[in-house]
Amino acid sequence: MATARPLPAYLAGIRPGRIVAWTLLAIGGVLMVTPVFYMLMTSLKLPHEVYQLTLIPREPTLENYFYVLKDGRFMRWFMNSLLIATIVTLSNVFFDSLVGYVLAKFTFRGRYVVFLAILSTLMIPTEMLVIPWYMMSAAFGWLDTTWGIMFPGVMTAFGTFLMKQFFETVPDDFLDAARIDGQGEFAIWWTIAMPLVTPALSALAIFVFLGNWTAFLWPLIVTTSPNLYTLPVGLTTFSVEQQIDWELIMTGASLATIPTLLIFLIFQRYIIRGVVLAGLKG
Amino acid sequence: MSWYANRTIEQKRVVWAWTFLAVPLAFYVLVRFYPTLESFYVSLHSWRLIGERRWVGLDNYVRLATDPVFWKVFANTFIYLIVGTPLSIVLSFVVAYQLDRVRFMHGFIRALYFLPFLTTAAAMAWVWRWFYQPVPIGVINNALASLGIPQITFLASTTNALPAILATAIWHGLGFQVIIFMAGLRAIPTSYYEAARIDGVTDWTILREITIPLMRPTVIFLVVFSSIGYLRIFDQVYNMTTNDPGGPLDSTKPLVLLIYQTAFRSYELGYAAAQTVVLFVVLLAISLLQLRLMKDR
Repeated sequence: MATARPLPAYLAGIRPGRIVAWTLLAIGGVLMVTPVFYMLMTSLKLPHEVYQLTLIPREPTLENYFYVLKDGRFMRWFMNSLLIATIVTLSNVFFDSLVGYVLAKFTFRGRYVVFLAILSTLMIPTEMLVIPWYMMSAAFGWLDTTWGIMFPGVMTAFGTFLMKQFFETVPDDFLDAARIDGQGEFAIWWTIAMPLVTPALSALAIFVFLGNWTAFLWPLIVTTSPNLYTLPVGLTTFSVEQQIDWELIMTGASLATIPTLLIFLIFQRYIIRGVVLAGLKG
Repeated sequence: MSWYANRTIEQKRVVWAWTFLAVPLAFYVLVRFYPTLESFYVSLHSWRLIGERRWVGLDNYVRLATDPVFWKVFANTFIYLIVGTPLSIVLSFVVAYQLDRVRFMHGFIRALYFLPFLTTAAAMAWVWRWFYQPVPIGVINNALASLGIPQITFLASTTNALPAILATAIWHGLGFQVIIFMAGLRAIPTSYYEAARIDGVTDWTILREITIPLMRPTVIFLVVFSSIGYLRIFDQVYNMTTNDPGGPLDSTKPLVLLIYQTAFRSYELGYAAAQTVVLFVVLLAISLLQLRLMKDR
């Protein structure tokens, strides 16, 4: 994926059609990032410049960021999102791979039933579960708590299925050798099998983190106190308050977007490979 | 312990398997299966959040069938699905097909297309909302005005608001589809192309006779994946219409937003549960269709 494969000889000669295609493709690509770029640039503008069409701010300023971060709410929401996305990701990496490993590498009666049962939950949309989850959270006192935001996502069928696919490629001999050496089953999974599937683990981690970082519906339902909002929910309430100060809304939106963009710029190659792995195998 | 010590290695492994599965199985039963059944069950009740559940049989479904707002919402959801899916599939295929043949700045252009997929839909909805504002605020209308073209009403219009919101959803998901299509294109052995080339076949015929048929599994996967996405659209609509969620006049309201309002604004949990059952049935139909199509291959 990372590098283009060499083109067959018949395409090697550059033809005018290819130049046109390249140009159109490049223009399309620029248009795709324009909203993100425009948002970032506007967050650096002073109010009087915001409604001019110029893209680059004439007097770039961090004023908007100081203003938005001043009352501490954004920092709070940012930390909430980071904490929730991180914990849920770790939990998925642990449980999804444990279950995937058991389903791939253990033989026992009922294995197929368990696999089908877990797989069948892929057919159930989150939206169908939010009402029962809400009732459950109310009963257990989880409404308006961090745990309440996290609990529906601590394991996913998608991740389990992805990990099962990858553990099936791990040769049994490796595991049996460790078993003869007298290692425990948990240690075999954790120290021998897990390191062999790191590409899949990173793909899983990327997907789960991104999904939780951007999650909106359930956090919106389960939280009521602004202290516990995640960044997308907080941003919505903030933007509704600001309504007319678009440069402040753009600053808030930038704060929600910059972390994932930075991660992407650093790990671009792994992220694209991970998305392909997860998309095609999952 | 002695019981365990007396087991064979195989039997010990079975014990371990169930030990490892215990917590996850409890989770799937309590957080996935039980809530699913409960949704069906609650949908047969009249239940405001505070107060008693009252068994009403299929009344909620009868009410749905006769509720004009529900049918409006159902139609909207269908438009998101039936316009969004083919449009995004065709666009992303064209981009992927062309990008696959480009070497100059290949990685950079690919990154440009993929980047929106990593943004937060709720945050970007506000950026788009700003773009769509009328003169003198909105970027698009300001640009049109500077060219002397009449303004377009986007989010305040009952006919333009839905396409305007759908465009942002297509924009957001396009990069993922491009990446998956490109992976699919890479998986086609070059020898097929070379053989066709030797036979003197045109690019267009290669595309029609080789590339597209071989891409069938990828296309089915993406059609189902994005159909489900458009069917569940919520973040963009909610954030772009906060003054009147799903407005103007319910013209942009999708099913999930209706569910959200019925359950958590009007607190009619029974009625909302019936709406989620409808969503479930539609999703199930799409998933079964996918299995069917995959089998025919």
